[in-house]
Amino acid sequence: MNFDFSDDQKLLKESVRKLLADKCDLGRVRKVLDGDEPFAKDVWDGLVEMGVTGTAIPEEYGGLGLGALELCVVAEELGRSAAPVPFSSSVYLATEALIVAGTEDQKHAWLPKLASGEVIGTFAMAEGFTAASPRTVEVAFNGGKLNGTKVAVPDGDIADFAVVLANTGGSGDRALSLTVVDLKAGGVTIETVKTIDPTRSHANITFKDAPAELMGTEGEGWASTSTVFDSAAILMAFEQIGGAEAAMWMARDYALERYAFGRLIGSYQAIKHKIADMYVKLELARSNCYFGAMMLNDSGAELPEAAAAARISATEAYRYAAQENIQVHGGIGYTWEADTQFYFRRSKLLALALGSALEWKDKLVTRLETRNAA
Amino acid sequence: MDFNDTKEEAEYRAKARAWLDQNAERKKSSKDALPPLGLDEALKRARKWQTTKAEGGFACITWPKEYGGQGGSSIHNVIYSQEESKYLVPGGFFTIGLGMCVPTVLAWGTDEHKERYVAPAIRGDEIWCQLFSEPAGGSDVAGLRTKAEKDGDEWVINGQKVWTSGAHYCDYGIVVVRTDPNVPKHKGLTMFIIDMKSEGVEVRPIKQMSGESDFNEVFFTDVRVPDSNRLGNPGDGWKVALTTLMNERLAVGGGGGADWEELMSLGRESELEQMAAMSNGAVRERVADWYVQTQGLKYTRFRTLTALSKGQTPGPESSISKVVSAAKMQDLGSFAMDLQGQAGIIRDRETSPQGAIFQNQWMGGAGYRIAGGTDEILRNIVAERVLGMPQDIRVDKDKPFNELPK
Repeated sequence: MNFDFSDDQKLLKESVRKLLADKCDLGRVRKVLDGDEPFAKDVWDGLVEMGVTGTAIPEEYGGLGLGALELCVVAEELGRSAAPVPFSSSVYLATEALIVAGTEDQKHAWLPKLASGEVIGTFAMAEGFTAASPRTVEVAFNGGKLNGTKVAVPDGDIADFAVVLANTGGSGDRALSLTVVDLKAGGVTIETVKTIDPTRSHANITFKDAPAELMGTEGEGWASTSTVFDSAAILMAFEQIGGAEAAMWMARDYALERYAFGRLIGSYQAIKHKIADMYVKLELARSNCYFGAMMLNDSGAELPEAAAAARISATEAYRYAAQENIQVHGGIGYTWEADTQFYFRRSKLLALALGSALEWKDKLVTRLETRNAA
Repeated sequence: MDFNDTKEEAEYRAKARAWLDQNAERKKSSKDALPPLGLDEALKRARKWQTTKAEGGFACITWPKEYGGQGGSSIHNVIYSQEESKYLVPGGFFTIGLGMCVPTVLAWGTDEHKERYVAPAIRGDEIWCQLFSEPAGGSDVAGLRTKAEKDGDEWVINGQKVWTSGAHYCDYGIVVVRTDPNVPKHKGLTMFIIDMKSEGVEVRPIKQMSGESDFNEVFFTDVRVPDSNRLGNPGDGWKVALTTLMNERLAVGGGGGADWEELMSLGRESELEQMAAMSNGAVRERVADWYVQTQGLKYTRFRTLTALSKGQTPGPESSISKVVSAAKMQDLGSFAMDLQGQAGIIRDRETSPQGAIFQNQWMGGAGYRIAGGTDEILRNIVAERVLGMPQDIRVDKDKPFNELPK
């Protein structure tokens, strides 16, 4: 039984943690919240310098060719620090989509630049206030051109290129295809949108005859998205448990310094049990994340269920820790000057980023039913 | 990351399996069980199996060799248990004695105690029970009132214990009693080994809300115990009891019973709003939630096993298990009854879906959330021991026990 990360992976985790503690404390996150910069460029540059953007990219495309486990430990630390960087868009989504569905030419064109941090990529899916699906996606890809509007694209105003889920006119699930578009070329209008978490920039992107390329086979877009999202769900779940743990310790620390009615508030069971529940949810999520990491690394047969379990439990752990951290703080926790807001905002952002727990729970049960029938 | 055995672990597993093949029948499915027997016969069967294990070198694997254990590691113990669970073997009667009581004797007993008591316990010749809880001291065990007074070389015990599993068939017990009411409550306790057949010990079964009787009340009337049966010094009883309680939290495992798979199979057979219940969003959400919890607990155990396999002390993550599984047991039972329509109130092994497993665990869950540490005590433990939060303010901490309100 060896259900743990290796010493090398723990070492990598430690060095990412150090870098982020150094360059990206919550004061740095606050600067992004209060200022105009769409992301913390210096933090991003530090990560690129460490080489973590190329962790999982095969060596032939300029990456380090390491497994998924290395990426998981990096993700946990990014979550812990609530880093305002486009890592998930560029690495879990754009990079993974290229590896899953890109043509050789597309891989050669983008992956080495992603690895070196020269470009930032993203994944554009949503179009309105509803879950994206073959029934709702209308952005059209036709004759090498994209037309329509994608909304709430993560890091849409930062990214150099986007993988776009587009309608190519097939029937049912085969209506959709993945395409790749250079956001710096013509026919693209980008407008930053106001979201619940300004420390991670989002944009609405309108395509008007924007030149784009098909990725992989036409009609496979929905299936490929599902594959990409399974791996992204596991990586993002590591970000979520990193954030949940940070919020839990913030609540614990405050409970050990604040007095009410002549006692530390941390001596009241109402507070102790709340923080104990944060820990229970966190450990359940962590264990599901570990299994997800193992399935992702081994391309295991249980990957789809493991991804859903990691995502559902990590979403719940972060939701509870971030929300109840404010409650433990009381009034001060609801002020702009308090740092509680960073985890609160980020927890909900990540909870919706790949589709909500409602979608994932339904998807999980469908997968369990399929396995049961088989 | 992998779930594989190390070479040494694989060898031990093969050895255990080979021995089990020779001495027990392999289950045909995971639900296979030995036929139920009356208490006397079941006890006889369990003792026989325990003796066989002791002779084969698979009983009390982690205990020291000099007292009849195997001097093995925790991971050996886990590997053997994993393998044994695939065979039709009796169990149950020794969990508390070998899991909690005799380890306390090993930790606190004299050489004479260990030589006298450990080997017969390993062989299943003598069975042990734990006598801690009282009507006046449940979560607050140290508030107990059963007293022992010194009389020459003996102590005279009077009082009452409660929730004692197996008291009616046990040979020995460890009992914690108040020997000094003039000092604060934790300081006036002492632990003894007690012969359950002593004069003045009376065991009465408790009828639980569920209708079953798994526990007893034990009454002590002028029960005489020699001073040589004392574990630790007079006044050290609380420290000794903590050794037992630490072992309890390792011994009380998952709640068992129906889980998401059973719920899913019920959902396929039931109707809700004129459709299969499994197509109802509320049902799907619950199945997903409980699947995620079950998987989370399973892989938490794997993390614990990993630490054991590496010879490390497991982290605090194992402390979450009971608090999650007990609530799941009760809530899942309740929800599954909701799926059975108005007939869900019927609790009948013959006619209720899946042998009334859902009704049973809805009822039993109410007890499981209390047994071996309530939900609330377990949360205190996580907050205090794992997260370093302060203990509750204890108004009785520095007052002599006999001055406390009753």
